[in-house]
Amino acid sequence: MSITYLEAIREAQAKLLRDDNRVFIYGQDVGGTFGGAFKATKGLAKEFPGRVLNTPISEDAIVGTAIGAAMQGMRPIVEMQFADFSSIALNQILNNAGTHYWRTGVPVPITVRLPSGGTKGSGPFHSQSMESLYAHYPGLVVMTPATVEDAYTMLIEAVAIDDPVVYCEHKYLYYHLKSDKLPDKGLPTGRARIAREGRDLTIVTYSAMTQESLAAAEELAREGLEAEIVDLRTVKPLDTDTVLASVARTGRLLCVGESFPWGGTTAEVIARVTSQGFHLLDAAPQRLNAKDTPIPYHPNLWSAHRPNAKNIVAKARALLRE
Amino acid sequence: MLQAAQRTTKTKMKKRAPAAVGGAAADTTAPPHERFLEAFRWMLLARTLEEKLVSLYRGGQITGGVYIGKGQEAVSVACGLFLEKGDIFAPLIRDQAGRSAFGEPLVDVTRTYLGSRLGPMRGRDGNIHRGHPRDNELAMISHLGAMVSVTVGTLMAKRFRGEKNFVGLTCIGEGGMQAGAFHEGMNIAAVEQVPLVIVATNNHYAYSTPNDREFACDDLVERAIGYGFEGYALDGTDLSACLDVIGGAVKRARAGRPPQLVVASVLRLSGHGEHDDASYVPAEMKRQPFARDCLKLAEQTIIKSNLLDPDTLAKWRKDAVAQVDEAVATAQKEPVPEADKEDWCALSTRHLVDHVEENE
Repeated sequence: MSITYLEAIREAQAKLLRDDNRVFIYGQDVGGTFGGAFKATKGLAKEFPGRVLNTPISEDAIVGTAIGAAMQGMRPIVEMQFADFSSIALNQILNNAGTHYWRTGVPVPITVRLPSGGTKGSGPFHSQSMESLYAHYPGLVVMTPATVEDAYTMLIEAVAIDDPVVYCEHKYLYYHLKSDKLPDKGLPTGRARIAREGRDLTIVTYSAMTQESLAAAEELAREGLEAEIVDLRTVKPLDTDTVLASVARTGRLLCVGESFPWGGTTAEVIARVTSQGFHLLDAAPQRLNAKDTPIPYHPNLWSAHRPNAKNIVAKARALLRE
Repeated sequence: MLQAAQRTTKTKMKKRAPAAVGGAAADTTAPPHERFLEAFRWMLLARTLEEKLVSLYRGGQITGGVYIGKGQEAVSVACGLFLEKGDIFAPLIRDQAGRSAFGEPLVDVTRTYLGSRLGPMRGRDGNIHRGHPRDNELAMISHLGAMVSVTVGTLMAKRFRGEKNFVGLTCIGEGGMQAGAFHEGMNIAAVEQVPLVIVATNNHYAYSTPNDREFACDDLVERAIGYGFEGYALDGTDLSACLDVIGGAVKRARAGRPPQLVVASVLRLSGHGEHDDASYVPAEMKRQPFARDCLKLAEQTIIKSNLLDPDTLAKWRKDAVAQVDEAVATAQKEPVPEADKEDWCALSTRHLVDHVEENE
């Protein structure tokens, strides 16, 4: 048996609907016989009548409705058709869900699923990675699973958390990642994972860039260079301790993320390591992000726009020469 | 446009027998004049409280702003009055009367304005940005239109749980009606067929912007049909009409009719906030019928119809002042938040709070 990252997300939702009658799924095209633009809810409307509901193209109202339901004790899962369209719902996510517990003492347990990141040919409006933007605001947990196992257990955990969770699932991983079986339990939320051990440099990354970084590490290993890969799993909270411990072992830090370069998760990691672990560094920390342009349509441009194993290797080599 | 709205109101009112006033679900036994007097008393309390808040603000005792509902009390009180235990109320900026009628303790208003740590917002949020979500009074955010879909969600939750006989009511102004979130919220309410009442008050100004730069349709209530709502126009200066039309809308929503839109016409008898002298409102507009003070009109009705003797009316005024003074005095005595005792934690799940060591 083989389960894809996408199937893991579907299975997690099926389990949540089965085990918890507070859960319902709300989003564009998630219901009926269609089951979502990526089929992450395929068959669920039939299996759980009245609990997997199609919505109008109204991202603001979809999240607003989920917030209201959560205030009244439900555990809604919102599927954004693409992460990019969650920009329409920013107000509800940031200003309503994100502030509500702080203001009133009543938490808002919504889970917003964002099909994130690039696939070739998707262009500027169907390829974005929004995790850094959401992480910037208070009151939200931001998850970025990089494996089939994490896609499954972290989604179940997201719904269990009493606070709003932005769950960034990577579209490139939907079909590319496979696993033999789904685990019952994962690492605790907020804990980073050492995806590969190595002594020469630390690559801190998350989501699909974990897979690119692992491929880069294989390439580097052929040259006798051992990269340690830290998969953040959640970008907020950020597991600074695991990152610092790794940098303490390697003395060199490269951060890789698919979102735009200005500010963001990679900058945050570097800022923390520099402030808290300056003495651990043998070279200036480096980072690699997408380019500071909209995301291009054509594969020739797209593959050069985002970080990939090849330019991660080049960046790592340069850092190791320092 | 205005004339059209008022004409519609009159038509609606004519259709309704006078006995139907006050015949809504909240208290079917209350005869019309008792409901009218109850509403008037809440309006009086709201006006008295807000006058006090203004004077505290002018005296420098309130930080931030003060936003009052002067001229909108009749509409607002009707919003709160017909809601029952288990119903949802999502008030907006000018809904002191409705909040009180719904059951918000007066002291929580003064606590929020004065920043008491014991208030519902604990100094973390102020003025009209307050609520008691556990008691079904939602806490508005400043972004207009956002609370419509949130109210829809609360009603869906109740439906999921199999509850019956509940409604939700949310308030908006003609300014907020032009926001994208309002459109989405109204549409999704109709798609979900939740028992929702939206009460929109056209007070003729979005801050300083008059109606002709806000919208271009003849009458905002005509939008109702386009969304699958039932729509009613209302003269918001007329308490009796407010009780009739809003009470009727609540009753219909509760009975399973489509979502209800009520559009009331008034003039905002204050600035946007107390920092605003509203000098942009032309004198001519202040002489229009919709510019009448609903509280004064209600009082005239009471005197003319002899619903209360002058002594009782005087006693009610005195009671309102005493309640307000007590609420202010209580909040003034209470502790204010202290930065070093604040937990600075935006998540209820404490172990998931992100710590930036160098920022501490």
